[in-house]
Amino acid sequence: MENLGNALVFSLATLGPGIGLGMLISKAIESTARQPEAAGMIRTTMFIGIAVVEALALLGFVLAFAI
Amino acid sequence: MTVGLTLAAAEWGGEFEGSLDDINSLFSFPALFWEDVAGGALAVNRTILIAWFMTLVAMTILVLATRNPQVVPGKLQSLIEMLVDFVRGIAIDIIGPKGHRYVPILTTFFVFILFMNLAKLTPFLMLPPTSRIAFPLFLAGLTWLIYVGAGIKEQGFVHYFSELLFPPGVPKALYVILTPIELISNLILRPFTLMVRLFANMAAGHILVVITLVTIHVFLPSFPVGWTVGVIALIAAPLVFAFELVIIGLQAYIFIMLASVYIGSSVEPAH
Repeated sequence: MENLGNALVFSLATLGPGIGLGMLISKAIESTARQPEAAGMIRTTMFIGIAVVEALALLGFVLAFAI
Repeated sequence: MTVGLTLAAAEWGGEFEGSLDDINSLFSFPALFWEDVAGGALAVNRTILIAWFMTLVAMTILVLATRNPQVVPGKLQSLIEMLVDFVRGIAIDIIGPKGHRYVPILTTFFVFILFMNLAKLTPFLMLPPTSRIAFPLFLAGLTWLIYVGAGIKEQGFVHYFSELLFPPGVPKALYVILTPIELISNLILRPFTLMVRLFANMAAGHILVVITLVTIHVFLPSFPVGWTVGVIALIAAPLVFAFELVIIGLQAYIFIMLASVYIGSSVEPAH
């Protein structure tokens, strides 16, 4: 039962970041296709955004073991 | 090859007595020597030995590449020059012209994190030292010191902290809400997420690799019963390794990129 709780903490924490990453990367691909010459800048900004969004899921991963 | 890796993971990746009930056994190892110095605080265990070994490998490669520099670089020298150029490109892109000063420390971070992470997939090591919280904690603390120091140096102590805590162009009443948020997000949450990102990615990756290899180790020999599971894990293992290889490079890249974003926000304040 305790393990189920840990798994729920992590799985619920992945829902939001999953949606967020999907939107972020799809928009980045879309804008790269529209304007290929800006690809470098878009990629850098995308990675920064990914790093910020991903932090929530990682906090969930750590908390799943901490609880 | 695969059998060797499996045995390495099963024998060196922690104690397995039938089940994975304690996840800590994958990461914490008994002290090997210096146990009685300073009450065990200075004890050396397997993680530290791996860190020393990978540092030695990185140092050897870098010294060999730059010991006798040529105008027309050889293979190893041009590889290391590409690496330095890559980090310099990131630093100049994000920080601006003042980024030249921070290229050495960012390159050090990149090489250190890359080699510490590579220990995850090195046969007979199979444990990234960055999956222990001490290594990311130290790196994130150093980054914190660098970007706060850069802000104080470039803008002056009072100006840096007043810009940081009281961003201009905001109605006075909003500072009641804004200042605590800015304080927490700029001085506490930034190094914390930097630390947790590296640590959690490496810990999760180590657990994934160990589970894949142990599944092969346990299921493949039992022919009629669990054989299919073992075969599936055997097919999945190279994919898992490739995925982890991507994560290893990506985490080193993201760490130095976020470090340069933070340094850049201290050097050139947003107006």
